[in-house]
Amino acid sequence: MTKASMTRWLALGLALAFAAPSAQAQQAPIKLGELNSYARWAAFTVPYRSGWQMALDEINAKGGVLGRKLEIVSRDDGATTGDATRVADELVNREGVSLLFGSFQSNVGVAMADYANQKKILYIAAEPLTDAITMAQGNRYTFRIRPSNFMQVGMLVDQAKASGAKRWAIVAPNYEYGQSAAEVFKRLIKERVPGAEIVAEQYPALGKIEAGATVSALEQAKPDGIFNVLFGPDLTQFVREGNTRGLFEDATVLSLLTGEPEWLLPLKDEVPEGWTVTGYPWDEIKEPKHKAFVDAYRAKFNETPRLGSLLGYMVVYMIRDAIELAGSVETEAMIKALEDTKFDTVIGPVTMRGIDNQATMGAWVGKLVLKGANGGMTDWSYMDGTPFMPTEAEVKAVRKD
Amino acid sequence: MDLSFLAIQALNGLSSASSLFITACGLTLVFGVTRIVNFAHGSLYMIGAYTAATLVPRLLELHFGPVTFWAGILASAIIVGLIGVLIEVLLLRRIYGAPELFQLLATFGVVLVVQDLAILVFGPEDILGPRAPGLRAPVEILGRRFPSYELVLIAAGPIVLGLVWLLLRKTRFGVLVRAATQDREMIAALGVNQALLFTGTLFLGAFLAGLGGALQIPRVSAHAGMDLSIIAEAFVVTVVGGMGSVPGAFLAALIIGQLQAFGILIFPKSTLVVVFLLMAVVLAIRPYGFFGRPEAVGGTHAVGIASSKRSPYAGLIALAVIGTGLSLPLIGDAYMLKVATEILIFALFAFSLQLLIGVSGVVSFGHAAFFGLGAYGAALSLKWFALPMEAALPAGLLLAAAGALLIGGFVVRLSGIYLAMMTLAAAQIIYAVAFQWVDVTGGDNGIVGVWPSAWASGQVPFYLFTLALVTIAVLLLMRIINAPFGYALRAARDSEARAEAIGLTIRRHRWLAFTISGAAAGLAGGLYAFSRGSVDPSLLGIPTSVDALTMLLIGGIQTVTGPLVGAGFLHVLRDQIMPLTSLWRLLLGLIIIAIVLVFPRGLVGTVRGWGEERS
Repeated sequence: MTKASMTRWLALGLALAFAAPSAQAQQAPIKLGELNSYARWAAFTVPYRSGWQMALDEINAKGGVLGRKLEIVSRDDGATTGDATRVADELVNREGVSLLFGSFQSNVGVAMADYANQKKILYIAAEPLTDAITMAQGNRYTFRIRPSNFMQVGMLVDQAKASGAKRWAIVAPNYEYGQSAAEVFKRLIKERVPGAEIVAEQYPALGKIEAGATVSALEQAKPDGIFNVLFGPDLTQFVREGNTRGLFEDATVLSLLTGEPEWLLPLKDEVPEGWTVTGYPWDEIKEPKHKAFVDAYRAKFNETPRLGSLLGYMVVYMIRDAIELAGSVETEAMIKALEDTKFDTVIGPVTMRGIDNQATMGAWVGKLVLKGANGGMTDWSYMDGTPFMPTEAEVKAVRKD
Repeated sequence: MDLSFLAIQALNGLSSASSLFITACGLTLVFGVTRIVNFAHGSLYMIGAYTAATLVPRLLELHFGPVTFWAGILASAIIVGLIGVLIEVLLLRRIYGAPELFQLLATFGVVLVVQDLAILVFGPEDILGPRAPGLRAPVEILGRRFPSYELVLIAAGPIVLGLVWLLLRKTRFGVLVRAATQDREMIAALGVNQALLFTGTLFLGAFLAGLGGALQIPRVSAHAGMDLSIIAEAFVVTVVGGMGSVPGAFLAALIIGQLQAFGILIFPKSTLVVVFLLMAVVLAIRPYGFFGRPEAVGGTHAVGIASSKRSPYAGLIALAVIGTGLSLPLIGDAYMLKVATEILIFALFAFSLQLLIGVSGVVSFGHAAFFGLGAYGAALSLKWFALPMEAALPAGLLLAAAGALLIGGFVVRLSGIYLAMMTLAAAQIIYAVAFQWVDVTGGDNGIVGVWPSAWASGQVPFYLFTLALVTIAVLLLMRIINAPFGYALRAARDSEARAEAIGLTIRRHRWLAFTISGAAAGLAGGLYAFSRGSVDPSLLGIPTSVDALTMLLIGGIQTVTGPLVGAGFLHVLRDQIMPLTSLWRLLLGLIIIAIVLVFPRGLVGTVRGWGEERS
């Protein structure tokens, strides 16, 4: 430990000594503004930070972009809409960043999209999943990488068709993300599964679930299918109560994000087996590029990757590519470079669709299973996002620009 | 809805009630003896949960069995009890004589410190504890499954009640605790070792908080943020039950548990409101809760601005400040103006609170309610009626004034700690409405797109606009403070009986002051909404109220200009330090504690004190 850091300091000292004269000759670094809920949603965002840090180090080791180094100025967005836009203002006005990226909660993402539109600055929403960011509240300054609720719910509903479940119950956190997912689910299940009906809905406040009462209220409706949008501490409590009371025993369960290690690991051995989920089976993905990412990540941080790690890593590389393509950090040039461009990422090609600024990144869909002391995914497959995206007509009908 | 379902739901309610009671019981005991409303009680609960969730699995690895589990729970509670002793010796002991406001704030400082320390010690991830050995399987009740651990919890409440009752009735310690609850001065006069008694009570209170937290680990994961959610409910329980009354707390916990369990069926989206509504209703009917007694008269330690001769330079200084403010756009960049705009807004917010606390002696712990109402009023009228900023700001001000008029009507009937709790309840009700009435307020999402009209959308015009409004509002408030009306408020603050004897209508004066103060806070809130472009429920939360109080405290509660200086100081500090450290809350908490202990007169007061000493 001491030895390693000693070497690192020496290396840093040497680098400074040799780089000093040339550094002055070099141009100033390109500043990127990053904001996320590092305190409130540490389970996701801390691995996410490791991910972008790794990409940043790799890029700068290879000389940066356009002959300039990249620099990321990172802040906590406080997990509220007001704090996020305030921090964004600080990044733009005081730090002079060229673009903004990050945020976790969907409501914060919507506020950031509005901010980007007002201040005419590029914002790349890495994680927030609500459809609003690329649909009703979408604007030309806002781009999203992760597959939206519409896309992920679409993948899950297709899996649900075979189960034959007709009486569906919904449980979702009562804020933008949960509301948006529930709304999409209601629409898609009725469209794609004839005869399906919604028999119960529970919307606990985010982070404030009364799990016992929620589970018995759902149980009361005797659903044969359950659609879950809970995550984080709400999810662990819900799963434990549901397991105890046998809520999941005879029901088909569809669950967003539950297969992602950040939410799966805290469940430990209480993983509800058989749930159909979207997630990230990082240890079973065999593509060489992805494997190289995992190995490098584990070597660097001595930690297994979460989905956040992958996302942070991908986003910074996509930003690098976009800046390179744009040839500058002018907002208009970068927007042009992002739209309809195909990016080569560690999980394969991802295109940023121009009409709604939504990337075609897909998701891994499979079933939960207990592997040793922890949960994992089985029967999974990677579904590309393209076929699940809203059609051009749907996009044009709701977007205001 | 069949019978078995209702029965299960009632059992759910009972088990929450039990957990709530164990925690709230400690709070009410501590209050009874020390007269301190301990905000940090929720933090102790959180530490209990974290400690147990970390400790119990390790113990279970050594030896798996029910004995180990329960021993681990007990050990965690004892550890928390010792932490309580530490807090008593280091902090509370020094502030027993301080004004209520200082006590509340000091314990809130502890809350902030513990939030960051807990993350440092236990890590950022939520920790779900192990299940209790032997209680994993559910039991069948009327054909439905019910977790057996919940049955144990249901039993735990009455057991704790019984043990506490035995302790209070059958031991010397209990006799002393009851005596202290009735008359603290008297038992001191009789030669009882108060230090030991208070430390012992704190141990018991913290132990119960820790126990409450530790018992939760099989059903709730330990996470940062448990502290504020439990403390709000525990306050409701103690206030509804009557502060200091253990049976009252038990009854209140039972009612709240059932309200939550059945509330989820009737109003699935308004679970947060019902609890605080209960508290407001109970306080409106019975100002001291179910079994509480009126506080001893003369026990108020009002502090506030004194009447002093105006400095001959006051006019000049004011002109210089306004002049500097006006010339700032010439020297500052866009970001500096942004910070200056926010300082102005917070200064007005803190200043409006000064009218209540410093002048009227009404300790409001929910001033964020009016700040938030102003912000929401402006944002809603923009969103629903498409009013421009020029009309939306007055709309926000009016909404805040109307809210203050309504709430003030209830608040001014109370006094002391019940008054502070009523303002807190009012703010929490409005918070809950904003948080859960999603169709109108947008809930957790808030309302985005609240931008100023085109002419004011640049940083410079908006800054000047804010400067003008804040200056006018502050000058008006200063005029009010120095008018006969302000003197009447001060008279009522210093001696209610004498003020009444000379014919002042105290309640009406305070009510009016409350409304004016609410309106001013509402103006600040409206401006804040436009400066950020969005509103969200956190504007109405406890931390916002505490922000205003901290600014007041930093500047100095006994001076007129204190809140203005305090707002500037705190906001600049926040702006400079927050990007550098993730331990901002720790720092803020320490600042608050330091001010309460070392500089109770605040910045302006201390500086003035030096001047007075010299002359």
